[in-house]
Amino acid sequence: MPRTGLDKVDGVLEQEVAVLEGMDISGHWNRMFEQRVVWDYPTEILEKITGLPGGESLAWCYQCGKCVPVCPVDIVGDYGPRKVYRKAQLGVDLFRDPDLWLCTTCMNCLRVCPKAVDMIQIMPAVREVAVQEGQVPPELQKTFQNIAKYGNPMGESPRKRAEWVKDAGVPVTVLPADPRPVDVLWYVGSYPSYHPRGKDAARAMARVFFALGVDFGILGHEEWEDGDSVRLAGEKGLFEVLAERNIRTFAKYQFRRIVVTGPHEYNAFKKVYPQYGGEYEVLHYTQFLEPMIPRLREMFVREVRCRVTFHDPCYLGRHHGEYDAPRRLLQAIPGVELVEMPRCRENGYCCGGGGGGMWLDSFTRDYTRERLSDRRVREAVETGAEVLAVCCPYEVSRFEDAVKATGNDGKLVVRDIIELVDEALGSPRAG
Amino acid sequence: MDVVVCCKLVPDLVEELEVNEAGTDLDWAAVRWVLNEFDDHALEEALLLKESTGARVTVLVPEADGAEEVLYTALAKGADRAIRLTGLPPGAGSRALAAAFSQVLPSVGYDVILTGVQAVDDVDGQVGGLLSGMLGLPYVGVVTGVEVDWQARRAVVRKEYAGGVVEELEVDLPAVLGVQSARKPPRYAPVSKVRQLMREGKAEALPAELPAVPRAAVRRVFRPQTDRRAQILQGPAEQAAAQLVAILEERGLLRR
Repeated sequence: MPRTGLDKVDGVLEQEVAVLEGMDISGHWNRMFEQRVVWDYPTEILEKITGLPGGESLAWCYQCGKCVPVCPVDIVGDYGPRKVYRKAQLGVDLFRDPDLWLCTTCMNCLRVCPKAVDMIQIMPAVREVAVQEGQVPPELQKTFQNIAKYGNPMGESPRKRAEWVKDAGVPVTVLPADPRPVDVLWYVGSYPSYHPRGKDAARAMARVFFALGVDFGILGHEEWEDGDSVRLAGEKGLFEVLAERNIRTFAKYQFRRIVVTGPHEYNAFKKVYPQYGGEYEVLHYTQFLEPMIPRLREMFVREVRCRVTFHDPCYLGRHHGEYDAPRRLLQAIPGVELVEMPRCRENGYCCGGGGGGMWLDSFTRDYTRERLSDRRVREAVETGAEVLAVCCPYEVSRFEDAVKATGNDGKLVVRDIIELVDEALGSPRAG
Repeated sequence: MDVVVCCKLVPDLVEELEVNEAGTDLDWAAVRWVLNEFDDHALEEALLLKESTGARVTVLVPEADGAEEVLYTALAKGADRAIRLTGLPPGAGSRALAAAFSQVLPSVGYDVILTGVQAVDDVDGQVGGLLSGMLGLPYVGVVTGVEVDWQARRAVVRKEYAGGVVEELEVDLPAVLGVQSARKPPRYAPVSKVRQLMREGKAEALPAELPAVPRAAVRRVFRPQTDRRAQILQGPAEQAAAQLVAILEERGLLRR
């Protein structure tokens, strides 16, 4: 039952006569069937949150605490979904509180919540108000400005978005220059387009597609940031600009389906763009490649002998229920031995990059004992794996930093699944 | 009380700069524009003055690709008026710019005029000083904070020197102030607010006539040249020294 507001009741009421299932249970102790004293708190902040479109479900929290052990931020700090409700109840203004920027929208609390208190809706709704009021942590502000002006978070030249293509070693159709109909529109994404290690994955992807004879094209300088993490960080206006722009760009070209490198784009195109008129068949690259595993097996020429553990991206796993495609792809690679971390699949830990966390590391540092990515890398090392395999472009940079920060340089390397596939197909190892 | 912020756009260094065919200027057609960072600070200082004293903030920006965005962003941040100056070519130079601002300022009205102390395009840093000369007003440059007393028609401004020394000056208003940095980092303008204002179309335009002003003639614009590779002189020290002397002499770098 949605409950949008809380009624403040003066004092505690008792029923003079209470009959429950035929039994007379009248007495002072029946006050528990009436308004509980817990409501005797200021309700303004809670009402402000639950009055927002998307903020309603916070009112449903009954403080059971199931979210506490699964929240990746709670594990390394004092933030916790249950506490968000409790603090609001005590009058802490979430709109101005650091808690507002700590949630990575990883969705593990929603997974276990018996009341469906949905932080994936609540946090962006409250953040949107904060952003409108100009309350944005500086590093996030810089990212918003970069994305608005250049279409990528790092503030790189939009003209250079497809520069990685030159070193891919295989032909890549850049649609603005060669607008032919293609089977697959590959949305590369900002990190694979600009980040040095992201570009390694982009080149590997191009080579794998080429080897498989995939008929694909990319958007080059016309591709702009998808905006999903921007939306979750509260800049809905910017998200709308990006969505409208990308939808207009997609409409210019003929393709059958979109394949994305990253789970955040996957979430944007699959779940959110349809609300803005952009409906597409969207596949994460692991889902796109999974049916081709038999062919890949025939084509593999090299063993990639290593013990690998896999980090489930929140936005592929929990948000979209895809846990198997990346694992099947990994297990198809000759020589790969897959070992799981204790926190995996539905309960996979979060790298800390989602929901704007990618651009809040120095902010978050003040409120956590340990970076989420550092924690995750320790977990990976404990499995005895030599390779931490990922399939989200946020993660390579995050985990590579974490490997160094935790002193595990030389023990663990971070590689995108596509890089391992590419290597097994005979490409020289990069990165 | 009117605070006017005189801004300009400068080439965005995110893109490679191209030199024109004559080799005397940038290729302006290839330039991506961005608000001069110092002007962004001048705007922030103006908005802080508005918040503390209720001043009315007007932003002036010469026409360029991207000027509209700058104007509406300024409005979204809290500016009251945003005016595009038309009729100025890109890279107009400090003198022309100051003359154009001085033409329109009387009709706009001003008590304090803020402008960035310099800009990356020509690193000339003269707009504020020239403007104050043209309008007959006092000028303080490299300002890092402004407080105004509208009733006394006075401003107290802070200037930062090397070595961490800060100077506080009192200046009669109206005055022109060249801003080095605002008291706070420039604020964020939510995109939805900028878009809403764009739909409302509140920004104005004023024509500025390009005055005939003296300007230094540019002889050549070029990239720093990378020379040929270094030459390593081999052999024992004396032999190498003799070679070095010979080379220096050969190139006319040695006076005996």
